[in-house]
Amino acid sequence: MPTVAFTETIQRHVACPPTEVPGGTVREVLDAVFTGNPRARGYVLDEQGELRKHMAIFLDGRMILDRAGLSDAVQPESKLYVMQALSGG
Amino acid sequence: MSTRLFAATRKGLFQIERGKSRWTVKKVHFLGDNATMVLPDPRDGTVYVALGHGHFGVKLHRLRQGARKWEEITTPALPPRPDGTAPRMDEMGRTIPDSVQLIWALEPADPARPGSLWCGTIPGGLFRSDDAGMTWQLNTALWDHPKRLEWVGGGADYPGIHSVSVDPRDPRRVAVGVSTGGVWATSDGGATWKISSHGLRADYMPPEQARDPHFQDVHRLVQCPGQPAEWWIQHHNGIFRSIDDAVSWRELEVTPSSFGFAVVVHPRQGGTAWFVPGTSDQRRIPVDGHVIVNRTRDGGKTFEALTKGLPQRQAYDITYRHGLDIDATGDRLAFGTTTGSLWVSENQGDSWHTVSEHLPPVYCVRFVGAGS
Repeated sequence: MPTVAFTETIQRHVACPPTEVPGGTVREVLDAVFTGNPRARGYVLDEQGELRKHMAIFLDGRMILDRAGLSDAVQPESKLYVMQALSGG
Repeated sequence: MSTRLFAATRKGLFQIERGKSRWTVKKVHFLGDNATMVLPDPRDGTVYVALGHGHFGVKLHRLRQGARKWEEITTPALPPRPDGTAPRMDEMGRTIPDSVQLIWALEPADPARPGSLWCGTIPGGLFRSDDAGMTWQLNTALWDHPKRLEWVGGGADYPGIHSVSVDPRDPRRVAVGVSTGGVWATSDGGATWKISSHGLRADYMPPEQARDPHFQDVHRLVQCPGQPAEWWIQHHNGIFRSIDDAVSWRELEVTPSSFGFAVVVHPRQGGTAWFVPGTSDQRRIPVDGHVIVNRTRDGGKTFEALTKGLPQRQAYDITYRHGLDIDATGDRLAFGTTTGSLWVSENQGDSWHTVSEHLPPVYCVRFVGAGS
């Protein structure tokens, strides 16, 4: 299953331990994470379900392309990192 | 008399209390985080704070009276964009975000119903909660009003609601100040809204539009609790007063400057109000490096520059629209500035005591138990 890890800086506000969840797209993977951790959703996505402006998601070493639809394809062995962007601090 | 106040700053929420003779910082909440708005609720002692995390978005927290721990509550949210539609563009061709960017106003909605709240945001949403912030409802009558789409950014890139005045005679009567979009008023609890900024003047518009009530950049709107027909506006262009329930507004001649962001009115005397002026919109610094508070006691016929205890040379403090507050007695005032100074007066501004000159930039100052 894909693994998801979160930036250390988010942990001060809401605990987001590394996790393994199923999913074939970034959206499906994040939905699976937030089902078990609903408060974290609003820290990563805005109310339109889009990645917050100053957040970034790396998928197997590359930043995802579809920040609004989160449609980038995820493989069973993929690694996702939910990070803060350098902007917005 | 209030003996405690909160200052919401760029780096935390500062709790400031009066000792035997001095006001000092007693505690800092959310140290390091961007606190943009605070409401110490006089009805039940709950303190609400809005945080604007650069990365993680806007959040709301509350501290119940007697509780030791803050709890995160629900952040107002804009409705989902209809499927397949693109975000709206503003007049500059920029995408208008359809998520809350800033909580810019937080007020008790009904004195008789603790937990009822109004919240104004950027972009220009007005939200209502009746359960102390656990759930929020967007006021769709104002959000869907065709004229709302004509609001534009003033102090920020996008328009927002920064002032919410609930009429002490009837909580269904509410007025909001929009930067920029004028004053909007409801008398039915928000079911219908009317523009209420006739008489305001906008020099930054073409002459034909300068008096259009919809194009007015209201910086701050306040209503006198004891004489609720009397109102004040600190506007981008100057200072305006209404004595007819905000139906009409009259511009005042003010020295040394009528530019600024903040205004408070005495809780019982509608003709007495305080302002913290800057030089002009082009020069947002104190006039000649003097920090002053401008006070009128005669409805704006004359103004008195209050300086005792305030820096009078090489001072560059600017006070934002929520940076000035008055307590329920009308005797105590406090203001905090962009350069981290905070002063308190216990004699209606005749003299000022320095609490600190080294705070982070101050966005909002509010007395506990007795705010304006």
